[in-house]
Amino acid sequence: MIAHAIFFYVFSIIAVVSAVMVTVSKNTVHSVFFLILDFISISCLFIMIGAEFLGMIMLIVYVGAVAVLFLFVVMMLNVAQQTNQWFISKENSNHIPIGLLISVVIFFELIIVIGGWKYKPDLFDKGNLSIVNDVSNTHSLGMVLYTDYIHIFQISGMILLIAMIGAIVLTFRQREGVKTQSYIKQISRERAEGVEVVEVVSNKGVKIDD
Amino acid sequence: MIEIGLGHYLTLGAVIFSIGIIGIFLNRKNIIVILMSIELILLAVNINLVSFSMYLGDLTGQVFTLFILTVAAAEAAIGLAIIVVYYRNSGTIRVEEIDKLKG
Repeated sequence: MIAHAIFFYVFSIIAVVSAVMVTVSKNTVHSVFFLILDFISISCLFIMIGAEFLGMIMLIVYVGAVAVLFLFVVMMLNVAQQTNQWFISKENSNHIPIGLLISVVIFFELIIVIGGWKYKPDLFDKGNLSIVNDVSNTHSLGMVLYTDYIHIFQISGMILLIAMIGAIVLTFRQREGVKTQSYIKQISRERAEGVEVVEVVSNKGVKIDD
Repeated sequence: MIEIGLGHYLTLGAVIFSIGIIGIFLNRKNIIVILMSIELILLAVNINLVSFSMYLGDLTGQVFTLFILTVAAAEAAIGLAIIVVYYRNSGTIRVEEIDKLKG
């Protein structure tokens, strides 16, 4: 139990500090690095609490795909040199105290909700899915994911497909003046336009037009 | 303090959620950091769902976390594609210069 507490505090302090560094870091590339650190420490927490499948999936999806995507875009757009400043615009800076106020209010609302849950623990009733202890976390997730949640699972696959098509359509551009191979032209080429029989006069040679 | 309960995990989720909100409201420079703050908010939601799921013994929270992961990946891909297109068209992604919609 003491090991659980030590690991929880270490990982959560790393997570909170790196979350702060994501938002206040001057360099956008450093922000992405701290985002990766945040995801890794949270996935360590997930593995520690017993949800090892989600921890591993979070490592693969976030660190392997999303954070690398962020890094690609940051480096491609050349915004790494632009410093990430706060409180920059003097003339319309009235949103800053309102933003701070709303953030603090949201934080205390969440704290109040947590306190209410802690001191009135009979507010919830148990759901219909319960965790079976003699199979692993991945096994039990797989048993409900492909039976009870099969439609939502397929809809999430459709969401990923639509996101992929949308990203390709958004960033695809047809460039002018690029010489590419045209298969239709190659296939539909006929003998009459390709080959010409020329009577060659002696000592004159052949004049090739174009 | 030593006994780690559900409240600890929910507090961690609340702290990360609030940091994400502060990052959205107060970031004045580039819009990629705003997208990263949205990722932080989704991460806090995932922490809440997973900790509730483990402490209440209900597997539904983990299933929903999986779907939230899917939606977050799709959202990051689409958002970054929009940012790339906007940068290609207007040459800037600074927050105070994106004012075409006159918001």
